[in-house]
Amino acid sequence: MTFSSILIQLLNGLAAASSLFLVSAGLSLIFGVTRIVNFAHGSLYMLGLYGAYSLIELFGRTPLGFWSAVVLAALVVGLVGVLIELAVLRRIYRAPELFQLLATFAIVLIIKDIALFTWGAEDLVGPRAPGLSMAVEIMGKRVPAYDLLLIVIGPLVLAAIWLLLTRTRWGALVRAATQDREMVGALGVDQAKLFTSVFFVGAVLAGLGGALQIPREPANLELDLAVIADAFVVTVVGGLGSIGGAFLAAVIIGVAKAFCIGMGSVTWFGVEISFSKLTLVVEFLIMALVLVVRPYGLLGKPQAAQRVAAEPAPPFKVPSWGFALVWLALLVIVPWVTDRYAAILLTDIVCFALFSVSLHFIMGPAGMVSFGHAAYFGIGAYAAGLLLKRAGLPMEAALLIAPLIAGAFAIVYGWFCVRLSGVYLAMLTLAFAQISWSIVFQWDSVTGGSNGVFGVWPSPWLADKTVYYYLALALCGAGIAFLWRVMFSPFGYALRAGRDSPLRAEAIGIDLRRFQWAAFVLVGALAGLAGAVYAFSKGSISPSTISIAQSTDGLVMVLLGGVETLTGPVVGAAIFTWLRDVVARNTEFWRAVIGLVILLIVLLFPQGLVGGLKALVMRWREWPA
Amino acid sequence: MSSAVLQVEGLHKAFGGVQAVADVSFAVAAGEMLALIGPNGAGKSTCFNMLNGQLSPDAGIVRLEGRDIVGLRPRAIWRLGVGRTFQITATFASLSVRENVQMALYSHTGRLRSLVRRFGAAFRPEADALLEQVGMFDQADRVCGVLAYGDLKRVELAIALANQPRLLLMDEPTAGMAPKERVALMELTAQLARARNIAVLFTEHDMDVVFSQADRIIVLDRGQLIAGGTPEEVRSNPNVRAVYLGSVH
Repeated sequence: MTFSSILIQLLNGLAAASSLFLVSAGLSLIFGVTRIVNFAHGSLYMLGLYGAYSLIELFGRTPLGFWSAVVLAALVVGLVGVLIELAVLRRIYRAPELFQLLATFAIVLIIKDIALFTWGAEDLVGPRAPGLSMAVEIMGKRVPAYDLLLIVIGPLVLAAIWLLLTRTRWGALVRAATQDREMVGALGVDQAKLFTSVFFVGAVLAGLGGALQIPREPANLELDLAVIADAFVVTVVGGLGSIGGAFLAAVIIGVAKAFCIGMGSVTWFGVEISFSKLTLVVEFLIMALVLVVRPYGLLGKPQAAQRVAAEPAPPFKVPSWGFALVWLALLVIVPWVTDRYAAILLTDIVCFALFSVSLHFIMGPAGMVSFGHAAYFGIGAYAAGLLLKRAGLPMEAALLIAPLIAGAFAIVYGWFCVRLSGVYLAMLTLAFAQISWSIVFQWDSVTGGSNGVFGVWPSPWLADKTVYYYLALALCGAGIAFLWRVMFSPFGYALRAGRDSPLRAEAIGIDLRRFQWAAFVLVGALAGLAGAVYAFSKGSISPSTISIAQSTDGLVMVLLGGVETLTGPVVGAAIFTWLRDVVARNTEFWRAVIGLVILLIVLLFPQGLVGGLKALVMRWREWPA
Repeated sequence: MSSAVLQVEGLHKAFGGVQAVADVSFAVAAGEMLALIGPNGAGKSTCFNMLNGQLSPDAGIVRLEGRDIVGLRPRAIWRLGVGRTFQITATFASLSVRENVQMALYSHTGRLRSLVRRFGAAFRPEADALLEQVGMFDQADRVCGVLAYGDLKRVELAIALANQPRLLLMDEPTAGMAPKERVALMELTAQLARARNIAVLFTEHDMDVVFSQADRIIVLDRGQLIAGGTPEEVRSNPNVRAVYLGSVH
């Protein structure tokens, strides 16, 4: 590469970094003060883009029209943020962290469908910035003038936020709350107002980040999750709650991505390396690296301990044999007496039940929240498909080997993950899932790229949908029963002990990381089994089996049923799968419907469905006769 | 002192420019209750954390029954026979009192790795016996998360005894307890230590507890040992009086 092309890539990267920084700064600010991981932050960015598009159409493509549209779009998104805070989040600040996460995810679904309804499914290409559509010649190469402006905006916004945080009373409160929220509350600061205002500022930043991108990228419905993944990576690399860190990380990642695109394919020592294919992976590699070396990000500090101790998780109740047998009998009889369609739906349900039980195992008893559990489900599915189609193994062998391959990946990913905890751990799991997704998506020649793998059908003796359902029920049921058994074994208790008090676990000789690592591999293999069974039931595999959406589906299933009960994740998986099926067949806007249902449940049953029902039954029993 | 269970020689630790612990040496014999006292910031906790493996000293030797344990992880030190209780209790909140003790027993015997056996079945009598000794048997089935603070301290003691330790390290064992409970807990500790020939090293702020329960006392001030001896000797030591009462007296 020549010096001038290096410079161009650098400028490209810096321009991309600006928007990335704006979104991440907002996310970081909101997390710092409210301790809420706002999954909907990417959706706010997306709204900023769509909003700017429509407002420019309205105001006309003049410099004044363009810039007032960008600013107004950001402000409108800020108001949307306030609305979200007032209508939903305000009610659940005291709920467990995971419930807040679930609520913000429901908002993602709702906003996506509102955008679909308002702007349609087509990508919308915005106008170039009036007056800035020319290119500037730098060292013989042409650089869009708008990019140069973006490069300036990033540091300007950083300076503005810095002034706001260090020179105003509001900023002092935000910094204080980021360090010690309870103390700020104890000092008599109106937390409700503070939270709302922080949400407003954070949402404006996200909206502005989106609106500024309108000349550079088309508005589309996939942006929400793509951007939130990027923003997660940036905030985690920079250090949660650190605005300066977010800027640094955005620059590093923006530039790294630009260089990957710019370098294209390079041959080193006779090996051809395609850097442009690395663009989707590179940020996650940076993140994994940073987190292993600096577990709290480049400029982050360890999170302040919260003094309010969480309620101890109640011990799980073992389902009685009678209860289990009745359900098993029902599951065996139903497809016999109903149609073929029921068998297909039930197959989906048992696959997702194992998927969600395995996720529950790692987040409940083991206390490690995963945002990327789909990695193992998807790897299991792909392993099964590729062993069948590319390696020519019989279907039965592929089905049995696939979980081992998912487990092997979990050995590698888990080694990194167990070194972290809390939100950082969750983000790293997401990073690994995205790395897996990117590899599958870009390695066309093996995985079929975005089309996936076709013709993944079971052996002839399993071709009948009902027969296959029985196989799925047997395998997934065995997996679930095994995990439940493990929960009550010494191994399962050791995990719970480590979750309750890592300090005490270490003090009585328990090497907690080894246990957590083993748990990671165990649930990875079983999620892989679920994925493999699922692959053969569908006959094809697409990259969506590893997507963020698949991971969050798992979270929704677990939280819907309730983390605090053993059967909750199974019920959650059944209801979610069934609901999605029913709603999707009746309306195009099934996501919004599911989002609303989730919000209702979060607001009405903060312990999940099964937990909530149990509480109701208890209250009813204690009612004086 | 040939029967010393714990022998500390020339322990040093500095944080930045601050010498937190300087040239501290002492020993604890089997069956002996040794109290480590000193004003706030004297270096007691730093000293403690170097003994249990949470901090590594800049210089010095820590011997457990003759074996150098500097640089070992806390879990390895536990396996060599060191039980601990914490200043702020650390128990497994979602597990029952009995299960907390069983956990230590499982870990002691290296049987935690089983995936299929049921946890509750093994070590039940052993756990109950330990709980009986600390007076917590009647609450064995309660979850630790709902216990009163004084009771949690007793559970910690039972956990600490589970691996038949040679040495007990107790950091502020009675902090947060009512005055009456404090003496009772340390009397119980002293009684168990003598019966099982366990060496006990504890830090403590409550001087009633210290002077009534310790066999010997060592006094730390600004990182250095300034006095050591029986309660009587320490009580009349002019250095100690100076540190606690000010030099004017």
